Amino acid sequence: MHPEDLAEKAAQFRAEDAAIKREVRVCMAASCQSSGAAPVLEALTQLCGDGGGTCRVKGVGCMGLCSAGPLVAVADKDCDLADSVLYRDVMPTDAPDIMRSVCGAPVERLRCPTDQPFFARQQRIVLENCGIIDPDSFKSYVAVGGYAALVKALSEMTPAEVLREVTTSGLRGRGGGGYPTGLKWSTVAKTPGAQKYVICNADEGDPGAFMDRAVLESDPHRVLEGMAIAGYAIGANKAYVYVRAEYPLAVERLQTALRKARGAGFLGNRVADTQFSFEVEIRLGAGAFVCGEETALMASIEGLRGQPRPRPPYPAESGLWGCPTLINNVESFANIAPIIRNGGDWFAGIGTEKSKGTKVFALAGKIQNTGLIEVPMGTSLRDIIEVIGGGIPDGKTFKAVQTGGPSGGCIPEQHLDIGVDYDSLKTLGTIMGSGGMIVMDDTSCMVDVARYFMEFCMTESCGKCIPCRAGTQQMHGLLDKIANGQGTAADLALLEELCEVVQATSLCGLGQTAPNPVLSTLRYFRDEYEAKLADG
Amino acid sequence: MPLQQAKPPLPSDDKRWKLVNATMRRYGYADHALIETLHSVQDAFGFLDETALRFVAGSLDLPLSKVFGVATFYHIFMLKPKGRHACVVCTGTACYIKGAGALLDGIHTRYDINPGDTTDDDRLSLLTARCVGACGLAPAVVLNGDVLGKQTAETLTTRLEALD
Repeated sequence: MHPEDLAEKAAQFRAEDAAIKREVRVCMAASCQSSGAAPVLEALTQLCGDGGGTCRVKGVGCMGLCSAGPLVAVADKDCDLADSVLYRDVMPTDAPDIMRSVCGAPVERLRCPTDQPFFARQQRIVLENCGIIDPDSFKSYVAVGGYAALVKALSEMTPAEVLREVTTSGLRGRGGGGYPTGLKWSTVAKTPGAQKYVICNADEGDPGAFMDRAVLESDPHRVLEGMAIAGYAIGANKAYVYVRAEYPLAVERLQTALRKARGAGFLGNRVADTQFSFEVEIRLGAGAFVCGEETALMASIEGLRGQPRPRPPYPAESGLWGCPTLINNVESFANIAPIIRNGGDWFAGIGTEKSKGTKVFALAGKIQNTGLIEVPMGTSLRDIIEVIGGGIPDGKTFKAVQTGGPSGGCIPEQHLDIGVDYDSLKTLGTIMGSGGMIVMDDTSCMVDVARYFMEFCMTESCGKCIPCRAGTQQMHGLLDKIANGQGTAADLALLEELCEVVQATSLCGLGQTAPNPVLSTLRYFRDEYEAKLADG
Repeated sequence: MPLQQAKPPLPSDDKRWKLVNATMRRYGYADHALIETLHSVQDAFGFLDETALRFVAGSLDLPLSKVFGVATFYHIFMLKPKGRHACVVCTGTACYIKGAGALLDGIHTRYDINPGDTTDDDRLSLLTARCVGACGLAPAVVLNGDVLGKQTAETLTTRLEALD
């Protein structure tokens, strides 16, 4: 297939809908569904009927402002979220008013302004189709330019050129580590081997992170397209998506997308009528945080207990069943299609010197606008929390923001003006992580927060190496003692010592980073620990 | 070429075993299908009992110890039957910050059960989850598969009381 053929197909899909002028989009992602989006969609669909041939109601993916769900957007077709009329907290009984507003004045009592910073300050690359296209419709993905990047790569570029483009883009792994994606791909491409694998890590285990879920639920084809391009570039014809069983809706939409992409010839044998074949299989996780670690994830795909093994050898050399394997996270793959479409230089023009592109963050906790945002790298934490996130509700004051989940740390008020990228967060004693941001106000006790994360790591430790298995247990005991007001200065000193030991000697990332929440709260909120000491 | 072991017979004529068998067949009875197979047992029966573990071990030609090891390693697999209703309280960070602890305390006060327990009359099981991804609706609870957002101890106990 040539790019022109695909463009023709996309034009044909658009022509089928040419008569449609206005759309009523109902968010059908997990969060809005939990607040009751399904009955709203049903009521609107019933009222709309055939819409006189010029209007239609459709279910779409995440629009971002989860706290205001269910969300409904009324817009001209092809119009993006910021230019639509958005309604919040919609009930099925609001359906008649909304349908009347399609050709008339907006319903003011339900209106959620889209010129507010939450929408206006975002730059959407990964989320460009989220909340606009129907995630279950293959046609709607192709109509907005989907699979054009794959066809371009297959018909006009050599694998080496794809690798060069990804390297030029400066994309770094969005799972949290920040390893340069181009370098990872090139290493796997260079490693000899008849059989190679591509794995998409969708085991989004960090509590408080839901970026990958939103992408899979809202735009699943984009991830498959990125994976197929990766397969072409490194010479792999078999891929797995390892996704959490806790995300049933994401799994269902991914399955639908797989089936349709296969049916249309964009996956499977002879992708887009070329010599390239690419088969994708879904594997369900079973509720183990450690499986987000790449070697543990591969063990799980092999049907074993999800226990990590020492690296090297890295998966690029010896991964799944001993074959060279490329593992990237959902958001990394979701960035690939736009990079191939617009060129690596375009992507490298966004963001900061060492962290290119945009990052999707999940805002949660004590913040006005909880939900999903995408901003260029380098945006300041203050902008994200106070401007885009709308600040702290209920007249409380900001205390700290936690990034990076159980492997990250807390950032206090005085560092909010720093621009977010991989390196700046590291200097503050935390990590980018997959993009969860939990905001805490002055009612949160930092010792309690540290204890919470340690409890998490303690129960999630796989038990393979001693520093992590026993160390997290001991650290949790000490934190518990201190939090209950029974700790001594000696306990605090022992806790700090243990942090260093566990960090330095654990086998995998889980143990190595488990002390981070303690170390970062000690660094910025030491007085809270000391105030709780029995002999303090 | 290793000898092909004879597949064990279905444990009973319960039709659900055929679903389990179909999953294993789809993967050609390969040992790496173990987790997928356990998922299908749990989907069909609600939990994994000894009969099921022995059957899966025999069918995939794996030692029972390994099957048991995998079944106990992953949180999602249950080795005990659940009550008629399952209430999963999310204890992810966002829910924790917004009061998941109070929800658990409320349930404990009313029903005297802790996470992992089932009431004596088999009516209600209390479980916890590590983030169900509904952080925008924290604190969230999954009651019999439906996500309920922005709960308090009062609203949740009222919902639980209303169950049959």
